[in-house]
Amino acid sequence: MTFLAILATAVVVLPLLAIFAYLLYKGAASVNLDFFTKVLKPPGEVGGGLANSIVGSAVLLAEASVIGVPIGIGGGIFLAEYGRGTKFANAVRFTADVLNGVPSIIMGVAAYALIVSPHISWLPFVGHFSGFAGGVALGIMMIPTITRTSEEMLLMVPNAVREAALGLGVPNWRSILSITVRTASPGIITGCMLAFARVAGETAPLIFTVLGNSFWSTSLNRPIDALPLRIYVLALSPYDDWHRMAWAGSLVLIVLIVLAVSLVRYVTSRGVMKGAS
Amino acid sequence: MIEQVPEIRISHPQMQPDPASLPPEGQRPEPPAEASGIRKYLMSRGNSAIADAGFHWLMVLCAFSIFGIVALIATELVTHSTETWHKFGLRFFFQADHDPDTHLPLFWDPVNGHFSALPFIYGTIVSSILALIIAVPLSVGVAVFLTEMCPKALRGILAFLTELLAAIPSIIYGVWAVAVLVPIMREHVNPLLATYLGWTGLFVDDNPTGLGYTSAGVILAIMILPIISSLTREVMTAVPHSQREAVLALGATRWEMIRTGVLRNARIGIVGAIILGLGRALGETMAVTMVIGNTPEIHRSLLANGASMSAVIANEYAEAVTDLHRSALTEIGLALFIVTIIVNALARLLVWAVTRGTPPRVI
Repeated sequence: MTFLAILATAVVVLPLLAIFAYLLYKGAASVNLDFFTKVLKPPGEVGGGLANSIVGSAVLLAEASVIGVPIGIGGGIFLAEYGRGTKFANAVRFTADVLNGVPSIIMGVAAYALIVSPHISWLPFVGHFSGFAGGVALGIMMIPTITRTSEEMLLMVPNAVREAALGLGVPNWRSILSITVRTASPGIITGCMLAFARVAGETAPLIFTVLGNSFWSTSLNRPIDALPLRIYVLALSPYDDWHRMAWAGSLVLIVLIVLAVSLVRYVTSRGVMKGAS
Repeated sequence: MIEQVPEIRISHPQMQPDPASLPPEGQRPEPPAEASGIRKYLMSRGNSAIADAGFHWLMVLCAFSIFGIVALIATELVTHSTETWHKFGLRFFFQADHDPDTHLPLFWDPVNGHFSALPFIYGTIVSSILALIIAVPLSVGVAVFLTEMCPKALRGILAFLTELLAAIPSIIYGVWAVAVLVPIMREHVNPLLATYLGWTGLFVDDNPTGLGYTSAGVILAIMILPIISSLTREVMTAVPHSQREAVLALGATRWEMIRTGVLRNARIGIVGAIILGLGRALGETMAVTMVIGNTPEIHRSLLANGASMSAVIANEYAEAVTDLHRSALTEIGLALFIVTIIVNALARLLVWAVTRGTPPRVI
């Protein structure tokens, strides 16, 4: 049985190594300066890069973070500081966990129905494919993850710290923001980075909200490009040149995500709350 | 203890909140006689009552937004799928139109107005079940190895690697599957399956592409492995050590201890983990879209091309030809939403039943 368990572990780790090795083998040659500075060339022409996709992804992720991070942390603060043990808090926690499991494509459909499909002429961003709609879908996906991780991080702050702050006459809201949240901030930041890494690779909610764009565009009011979306288009195209770009894009994406996750792992394994407990 | 006292005094200034918000000790000023009405009101209520209440309600609003999101998604999906609902009703999920001449089913023909979710539901269920069949034994094996057998030095690395597997985006699994997995399936695995399991009628190797339910099942299995194994690990560590020691003290071998002492106690949580993996598999989009073949048909052979609910949405939503088409796709999305909500809720309840009372796991 021991042998079987070891075998299972080997089988599980194998695809990970295979994916990394293959991405490096196929993609490393195409990652050069052009890749980060040029726009995609038509198939058959040498050179070109995915600069517009990378910048588009950055714009989308910035918008998603602006939406997701404050609301997520606010929800976490409520769960940890105000709602401990109440039925409402349990319901919120449960709903957040369930929302975390809702497929990302559903977020895309909802964002389409909410922002892309209605025709209201006086509202900006509404009524057509736009970067804004994609950012909203990604931001919504960040909220439950950030809420749950920041709650867990805030719960690890010892009560003595809160009592010390309140004992000095600090108002409750001030004590939460300047003392509790600050103490837990390394953990909260890692939680945010985890959510960030998760949505950074999402493609499904972007297909019919941001639509993709082969040219330079950083406007949230127009179709914009995103790295995962571009990889999807390139990988399914029939051109070898574009396949190479898809491999290179995948390599860049995965390296960024692995870096983020490793950093999270490193910070959490060092004991986030070392200073506090 | 006594030695620590000066340390506390040293750290005291750091604990001081912003000096601007707190007057120095003993100098808290009396409100001046000519203070304005608003200032008097604020002073009489205590400076922070309004700020405190405001902050409290802001946080409640943030927490409430999670309900708001679920409600918003549900209403958007319902209102945008009414057209299909009025036209087809429940028939959409259970029946399909048939060609009057050949009597072959017309599952999905947006141009001629034939809509039925059957082939997509079938594809989703088949690929998810295949994924579970492959992933469950492996992930429980990994969890057993990591919690009970693995040397400590290796444990961290392996746990990290499985976590990394969970962090790889679905699109990269898809690209890898198209370039590496599908050719392997086509050249080696599918002929083997057809030769040795062909008698079941489930494996007929007549598909030259290598795409299909089996390839989708394999890539889904790789994707849901980490989530099942990490949750299984969590519930296994929640089993108290006294259980293990008691079983060992009765003379059990290590394997018997794992089976009767750990797995049996954690079984509800493991079922929860499996259901959570199922929820992930049902909704997985990009990788499945790239390998399942995207043919809206129902085949008995698991090596044939199929389609799944999420894949058809990803493929056709942006280019839907009519309003009815888009509404039908939205209704498929609604069905997927409801199913994943139920599956996830069930799984969470089961996992909570086991890990309740243990300290929360960090991420």
